[in-house]
Amino acid sequence: MNESTPIALPSLVDRGGPAQPLLIIDRLRKHFAVRGSKAVVRAVDGVSFTVAKGETLGIVGESGCGKSTTARLIARLMPADAGEMVFDGDGVGQFGGMALKDYRRNLQMVFQDSLASLNPRLTALDAIAYGPQVHGLGKAAALSRAAELLVRVGLAPNQFGSRYPHELSGGQRQRVNIARALAFEPRLLILDEAVAALDKSVQAQVLNLLQALKAERGLTYLFISHDLHVVHYLADRVLVMYLGLVVEVGPVERLYAQPRHPYTRALLSAVPSMDPARRTERSPLSGDPPNLINPPSGCRFRDRCAHAHAACAAAAPVLRETAPGHWAACHLDDPSSGHPEAPARAAMAFTA
Amino acid sequence: MPTAVVALVLASPAAAPRRGYWHGVARQLARNPVAVVSASLLLLIVLAALFAPWLAPADPYKASMIRRLLPIGSVGHLLGSDELGRDMLTRLMYGGRLSLLMGVLPVLFAFVIGTSIGVIAGYVGGWVNMAIMRTFDVFYAFPSVLLAVAIAGALGPGMSNSLIALTLVFVPQVVRVAESVTTQVRQLDYVDAARLSGAGPLSIIRVHVLGNVLGPVFVYATGLVSVSLILASGLSFLGLGVKPPEAEWGLMLNTLRSAIYINPTLAALPGAMIFVTSMAFNLLADGVRSAMDIRL
Amino acid sequence: MLAYLFKRLLYTLPIALGVTLVSFTLVYLAPGDPLNAIAPADAPADVIETLKATYGLDRPMPVRYALWLTRALHGDLGASIATGRSVASEVLSAAGNTLLLAAVAAVAGVGIGCVLGALAGYHAGGWVDRIASAVSVVGVSVPHYWLGLVLTIVFSVKLGWLPAMGAGPGGSGEWLWDADHLSCLILPAATLSVIPMGIITRTVRALVADTVNQEFVVALRARGLSSAAVFRHVAKNAAPTVLAVAGLQVGYLMGGSILVETVFAWPGTGFLLNTAIFQRDIPLLQGIILVLCLFFVALNLLVDLAQPLLDPRIRRA
Repeated sequence: MNESTPIALPSLVDRGGPAQPLLIIDRLRKHFAVRGSKAVVRAVDGVSFTVAKGETLGIVGESGCGKSTTARLIARLMPADAGEMVFDGDGVGQFGGMALKDYRRNLQMVFQDSLASLNPRLTALDAIAYGPQVHGLGKAAALSRAAELLVRVGLAPNQFGSRYPHELSGGQRQRVNIARALAFEPRLLILDEAVAALDKSVQAQVLNLLQALKAERGLTYLFISHDLHVVHYLADRVLVMYLGLVVEVGPVERLYAQPRHPYTRALLSAVPSMDPARRTERSPLSGDPPNLINPPSGCRFRDRCAHAHAACAAAAPVLRETAPGHWAACHLDDPSSGHPEAPARAAMAFTA
Repeated sequence: MPTAVVALVLASPAAAPRRGYWHGVARQLARNPVAVVSASLLLLIVLAALFAPWLAPADPYKASMIRRLLPIGSVGHLLGSDELGRDMLTRLMYGGRLSLLMGVLPVLFAFVIGTSIGVIAGYVGGWVNMAIMRTFDVFYAFPSVLLAVAIAGALGPGMSNSLIALTLVFVPQVVRVAESVTTQVRQLDYVDAARLSGAGPLSIIRVHVLGNVLGPVFVYATGLVSVSLILASGLSFLGLGVKPPEAEWGLMLNTLRSAIYINPTLAALPGAMIFVTSMAFNLLADGVRSAMDIRL
Repeated sequence: MLAYLFKRLLYTLPIALGVTLVSFTLVYLAPGDPLNAIAPADAPADVIETLKATYGLDRPMPVRYALWLTRALHGDLGASIATGRSVASEVLSAAGNTLLLAAVAAVAGVGIGCVLGALAGYHAGGWVDRIASAVSVVGVSVPHYWLGLVLTIVFSVKLGWLPAMGAGPGGSGEWLWDADHLSCLILPAATLSVIPMGIITRTVRALVADTVNQEFVVALRARGLSSAAVFRHVAKNAAPTVLAVAGLQVGYLMGGSILVETVFAWPGTGFLLNTAIFQRDIPLLQGIILVLCLFFVALNLLVDLAQPLLDPRIRRA
């Protein structure tokens, strides 16, 4: 092996220290033009949040709320229309900020469709080894690293390493996808519905693997899902999206126990209960989610909300901190919004 | 939807490079009598053409004024002699060389050129894609026979001119298929994952896109071979392709035309060769395609 | 839907323009001076100059193209170098003959193909299916110019039933629907019809077999709908695609008739093209290619515009 091909990727440096959030997203926006008309689909319409180092942030919401688009924007798989991203103190994609190739090493993504995520012509080992080779690692070193990673995700290299994607089960494929993502030694891992397509038992195994990996390597996770049970299990904080906007964000236990936003409340009550003694009777959410092209004026949730009022149509609510670290965007929490129920609710806030 | 495209990609020959796979295909093919007969026939024709200089009974250019248009089964001329007294069997074998070449080469060139352009158009997308595809759309507005004849006619008679004409006719078709498949493959998650790895477009195309595009395009291209054979011979039939005294099936059909009143079967022989070769190729290609459909 | 129609029309214009450009410049691909076709090499200089001016060869290419195009839009395609007659009138009368041939061949080919394909698709795996697949493979694999020769040999040389060549006693000028003329039409039309027959048979068979297996047909049958009614449903589903393919085939027949017309000396555009190529008659060449291709483009447009009529899904979009 010649001297110039490295045998290990240079390790990534924690530049900002423990207090610096790993990722800051500020007013991210992405609109898609509709073919043949001037309408735009406002998929992501001003989303801001932060991700602390070492935490798991869960992002939940209905289909079409913009979670996957947000993930792809963060991964810079598509250009954003507006908004800024700061990774560990460095701007991303800006002049003087971090280069895209370096960003790619810091951040990786695992997709939902495990079969479509793997090149049908590459074996598991080759697929994992591709990334490090792009970043300069020699082929032999990359392959041995790939073998180590396979071991770590629970697949024996000599049995599974030379298999093609169609020769693996869904759970095995997702493990390969995780191994491929880890090959870069990233600091942030985005999991976009990564376990959604798996059977429950397989899901449990993969989730446990994710937990173990996070602890070993000090990873930070962005976990996108529509499955509230899974998010409850995995996440430290949860962010709820609706129609391209953030409606609520807070620590997982508090958010699940005392959701502030009517949408979150509806979502949580819509979850089938695991306890036969306390069955869910009726679904509080009615109707289909409205169009992303023509969202309602003011608060976007108002035509499905039980507490809707004229004030909700007049102005869009902003995120307000209703408890330490718990933010919600609802006029009910804002005494000055003009909503009749607001003052009573505000008095209830900041309790427990 | 992604899984449908993945299925399409998986169904193409190069997608599952598994050790046992090609054995399975061959075995399936062997059980198909039509395919076996076609394959053997094709092999016979190709070998006869390939080894013509050694196998042919006579000199393809040697004319004889007294032994013209001898019927099939004459002494010394198993398949008779043509209008200039040359041995038909020999001429047919030598003719096969040029005809088969003209059938395969344009498709090969069009495959290479068309795939390159199509993959670039499909991968880059945007206005580059629009510009390329709209340009080729103009060529798509020409019926292929007309375009081939027009280009060959403009360039003049000759084998290389016919080759150019036919290649130019097939390139737009291959570009269309290649661009379409590339666009679909490009949207799959594994290409996104490759982009996430920080790889440059050339590496992504080489490792992730090309291998999955070549399969379907190759399947399409094989369908063009018989068209190319017929068109090429057709060009020679019109006097635009191979020039006399070379032996080529289409040209022979042309020169023997007046003989249909004297010895019709003889006159029809070269065309029969084109027909049989083309049919054997199509039947074999169909058989291979259905053998490859047997999935995992 | 109006927007769809408008968009299609708009889209066709640049294609048509591109076609005119290619038609014009194609003939100049050849090496050598186009002047050689018009004047002998040893002509005196002033004769050459006059000829150049007459045919506009003394101007640069873009100018020539613009002039040619403007005249063409007024129906003037110049004069044939060989005969001196108006290119437009020659092409149009030849086109009439080819259209006749193509139309008859298309009707026969598409008609038989539809019937055969539908029967084969309905009774997939039966003996009709086997005949149909034989027909489609033969249709695609046979060199049609050879088929023409074979048919000539059988019906003209051996049996003497039909004439081998030509378009009838009146020559290329007049056409009458009488026995003399029709007997000249039969062989070339039959030869030409084999191509669309093969393709349509295969297309229709695949479509019908697919549709018949679809759940909604099973549901229809389960509700007791008669076979004829089910067939109508199947036909409606298959119609848009069949129309598109048939339309294209007619276009190909018009454009690709040169080989068959050469075999039968049928005085159509293909035959004229052949003559023009060998005489290097540039205006005639440009005129023929232009007319044939624009016809093809127009046909494609027509087929596209007819699609919404047959496919309600497009109408709604």
